[in-house]
Amino acid sequence: MWKRHQKFERHSLWLVIGIVITVSIGGLIEIAPLFWVESTIEEVEGVRPYTPLEQAGRDIYVSEGCYSCHSQMIRPLRDEVERYGHYSLAAESMYDHPFQWGSKRTGPDLARVGGKYSNDWHVEHLKDPRAVVPESNMPPYRFLADQDLDTHATRERLRALLAVGVPYTAAQIENAEADLKAQVDPFASETSELRQRYGPNVVQSDFDGDPTRLTKMDALIAYLQVLGTMVDFRTYEAESPENLR
Amino acid sequence: MSGLDYDTVARFAQQGGTLYFGVMFVAGVVWALLPRHREAYRRLAQLPLEKDEADDV
Amino acid sequence: MPEVAITGTEAVTNSRGDVRNMPTQSRTAGAPGDVTWLFLSVGLLTLLALLGTGMTEDPAFRLQGAILLAAGVASLAALTIGIGNDRFRSDPSRYADGVIRAGVIATVFWGLVGMLVGVIAAAQLAWPNQLYFPEHGWTNFGRIRPLHTSGVIFAFLGNALIATSFWVVQRTCKARLFGGVLPWFVFWGYQLFIVLAAVGYLAGITQSREYAEPEWLTDLWLTVVWVAYLLVFLGTIWKRKEPHIYVANWFYLAFIVTIAILHIVNNLAIPVGLTEARSYSAFAGVQDALTQWWYGHNAVGFWLTTGFLGIMYYFVPKRAERPVYSYRLSIVHFWSLIFIYIWAGPHHLHYTALPQWAQTLGMTFSVMLWMPSWGGMINGLMTLSGAWDKLRTDPVIRMMVVAIAFYGMATFEGPLMSIRTVNALSHYTDWTVGHVHSGALGWNGLITFGAIYCLVPWLWKKPEMYSKAAIEWHFWIATTGIVLYITSMWVSGIMEGLMWREYTPDGFLANSFIETVSAKHIQNVIRVLGGLMFFSGTAIMAWNVWKTIRMAATDTKTVLSSTIEPQLLPAE
Repeated sequence: MWKRHQKFERHSLWLVIGIVITVSIGGLIEIAPLFWVESTIEEVEGVRPYTPLEQAGRDIYVSEGCYSCHSQMIRPLRDEVERYGHYSLAAESMYDHPFQWGSKRTGPDLARVGGKYSNDWHVEHLKDPRAVVPESNMPPYRFLADQDLDTHATRERLRALLAVGVPYTAAQIENAEADLKAQVDPFASETSELRQRYGPNVVQSDFDGDPTRLTKMDALIAYLQVLGTMVDFRTYEAESPENLR
Repeated sequence: MSGLDYDTVARFAQQGGTLYFGVMFVAGVVWALLPRHREAYRRLAQLPLEKDEADDV
Repeated sequence: MPEVAITGTEAVTNSRGDVRNMPTQSRTAGAPGDVTWLFLSVGLLTLLALLGTGMTEDPAFRLQGAILLAAGVASLAALTIGIGNDRFRSDPSRYADGVIRAGVIATVFWGLVGMLVGVIAAAQLAWPNQLYFPEHGWTNFGRIRPLHTSGVIFAFLGNALIATSFWVVQRTCKARLFGGVLPWFVFWGYQLFIVLAAVGYLAGITQSREYAEPEWLTDLWLTVVWVAYLLVFLGTIWKRKEPHIYVANWFYLAFIVTIAILHIVNNLAIPVGLTEARSYSAFAGVQDALTQWWYGHNAVGFWLTTGFLGIMYYFVPKRAERPVYSYRLSIVHFWSLIFIYIWAGPHHLHYTALPQWAQTLGMTFSVMLWMPSWGGMINGLMTLSGAWDKLRTDPVIRMMVVAIAFYGMATFEGPLMSIRTVNALSHYTDWTVGHVHSGALGWNGLITFGAIYCLVPWLWKKPEMYSKAAIEWHFWIATTGIVLYITSMWVSGIMEGLMWREYTPDGFLANSFIETVSAKHIQNVIRVLGGLMFFSGTAIMAWNVWKTIRMAATDTKTVLSSTIEPQLLPAE
């Protein structure tokens, strides 16, 4: 009896092993190659890690569940390219932890919303979407303008991102908090330290229109304004062999 | 792993994957149809129907 | 919180005052070893929660810590009282049903919550002016939406899976649940996971990974609970008194094992700090997207399909009083389903920056998936052959049959939508939402209701449900609600998809985005109506379950004679 019982025990273990092997193979074959095939991600100029303020805004974008209704992935279909701009490249989200491609467009795609509207428009629209677009069914985000941005873990956030592979430099991490505050200074020079560290295209502005405070609204709009603006598509050659996938 | 280019991976995934799938599927079906399982299956199919109002705790 | 736990185990010693069946060792004083271990572990966790809550600078983390702390203190109190009254004895000759009773109640409760939140979220999209509160960000759609999806998938359906699997594995193995107090740990641990996740969403604590939104701390906790669940399930199979493993257990096992793998891989992340709520995913961009949708698709495959096929393969034969149509087919169904499902994830990423070969592979396997799915559907439906009259007389059978029909419909629609050209139209639209709901409401919802209507009289020793008429009402209201829901989403989804790509004769885009939003208003209203009907059906069920539990008990004669042991003889 005991011998037989042992055999049955093995039997259920075999079942578990069989299940694990069966379900692992599909995942391995599909996912694993993406991590070592170089051509998964195109070679493009301009994609840089987010500034501390943009990253803080991105964290708010995630917390508020914006991805529930807004995609950040323009497909290479005629109408999408005409409506939203150049189709999205894998390289454009290479520093996105987590990715925000989304799966539903209750609202429009945001992959290239950066620079499309003014900061003032974003403030008014986020505070009361229907004041700007009467038929919108987007929730209001007035409270973002009322709440100060929590900056206590700014450096730790960049450090965690470095740990998962975002190439922040030691200087960028060291000055994270200063850089975060510098970005809402509208009178910063072309050669501000922030721009020296993150590139000349970084937008420095008082995003939420309230120069006395650093709010969550500042951070979110800083993030929205950088979306899709990093790659210069005048110099991108989609048909060149290294970009074919 | 740098020797892998896109074509190799694509070919491996599609052809190898399909072949692997086909073999596994046939093996699974054959295994399920083996005559020596017939008696066990008949017994097993009755399992949920046995009276076991049993229980508690 | 702890009351139910105690009530459940109380029955061990007090079970109708019948102490004769109890093994002698159970009368010795002191706590059983497993309870002592549990007590110490909970004590340690409570201490950690206290430290974390005190030391953190992150308000979100403090909220999570406070929930853990409260849960820890409550559990310690419950355990202390339980040990003091010697309530943690278990009789190995009897089935552990207390935890299943708790699971059924939790299923009904979370079903009501999850569906109600869904109705609210749908109503927000239909009437944004009335249902948004600018000063209360936590009521916004973006925070409510994961509460609805997790509430339904994990809280409602997850509890249903755990409860039914505990029933099925005991009955088909003829063995009591393994692990003494461990099943109760699984139950309460899982409820704690739900509360942590739900409160977290409202507070903005999310990873933004669809159907895997909980942050790292909650994920770790779920991992602990899930390993305990696997142990209970496997342990019960190991000590079974039945030579073979019934196929429903295969499906449950695949569900538990695969979800563990998916959960761990998809949630790999680095926390910002040990006392910070936020983490960043280990992967970025395209790799992250594929990992997430490999998870997302297989959560549908192994949580909402495999697990519920376990329910189908036990409860449909049991209720119809006929063996499954073809046991052989069920084995083929099992292996081909779990094999093919795992490949199909990339169909969520058609036309994205994901390499094309992966998209093609995902599409091919998605279409192939149609085959085993319909094999399983036929197997489920044909189990009724020779007993089709029960469709007329038994609303519970009818519910389960319609559930299987919806399974067939959703698994036909799914492969269709995974074809790239169809997906170009359907992706990002309400069509996807409708597809998900034909599966979730039609298949998962209805088969769960069927299982609950079977389980409640069995578990509470009643001859039948309190009101058969109420089951009829539930069936018709829910089914009508589903039809309204999915047809409105078909219409709005296909309409908006076509409007997005519509051109004027001059070659300009015909519609601005906002025009496609306002065009959907009527469909959004119909969706609210459909969801409200489905919710009302569940409310009727909750009332019916409540009344059944309160009914006078049946004759206890059968109960007393029905320990596990006598079942051994006819088994061989």
